[in-house]
Amino acid sequence: MSMLAQIAYDATSKAEAQAITASGYAGLAYGLATLGPGIGIGYLVGQSVQAMARQPEAAGMVRTTMFLGIAFTEALALIGFVVFILLKFV
Amino acid sequence: MGTMTVPEMQFEGPAPETVIARDIAKKALFIAPILIVTFGLIWGVNGALSTAYGLALVVVNFVLAAAMLSSAGRISATLMMAAALFGYLIRLTLIFLAIFLVRKASWVELVPLGVTIIGAHLGLLFWEMKFISASLAYPALKPTASKESSSK
Repeated sequence: MSMLAQIAYDATSKAEAQAITASGYAGLAYGLATLGPGIGIGYLVGQSVQAMARQPEAAGMVRTTMFLGIAFTEALALIGFVVFILLKFV
Repeated sequence: MGTMTVPEMQFEGPAPETVIARDIAKKALFIAPILIVTFGLIWGVNGALSTAYGLALVVVNFVLAAAMLSSAGRISATLMMAAALFGYLIRLTLIFLAIFLVRKASWVELVPLGVTIIGAHLGLLFWEMKFISASLAYPALKPTASKESSSK
């Protein structure tokens, strides 16, 4: 496997290899940026459903807060995504 | 410590997510001309078009999230959890595709597009949160249909 990687590396110029490496790191950074919000949304929704199960009469309020919480958590992923796009394509 | 099981719940009536998303869309219509003109002055016509596109993406994202959660909530709470998690992945993928496919178009300026997506998303959310927190803290002040009709 490493021999194949070495052949591929030799076949490309240094600039191309650097561009490929940068793309890989940018993709990795974006993937990592989505992990935190994913965990956050999972925890948030889990706790909200538990709250609605315990107190069904407060479901409307809990859902309202949950929706806003999801949107705020998602903003983190969006920031990561926009930074990735700006670093990669600008 | 025993495990807690979530009973099968269904949510009837108007979904609060839909109301919030509709309210956010109205607020986005309100700020759209200001943002488009401001970024148009800085980045030109392409900047204005990119800003409008970014704003549309943000609103579609909110509306899609609300539609997914409310329609899943009508079926069961478990499905709502699944819709929240997979909806996050699906919407993120859709936003990625929506930007990736137009990134080389002649009318696209990535900087105003990115700034609009982050700024509009956070700005609209904070605006809506301010309204909702006031409604939750002081429910009596919330405008209702009955009050509006009685005042006429």
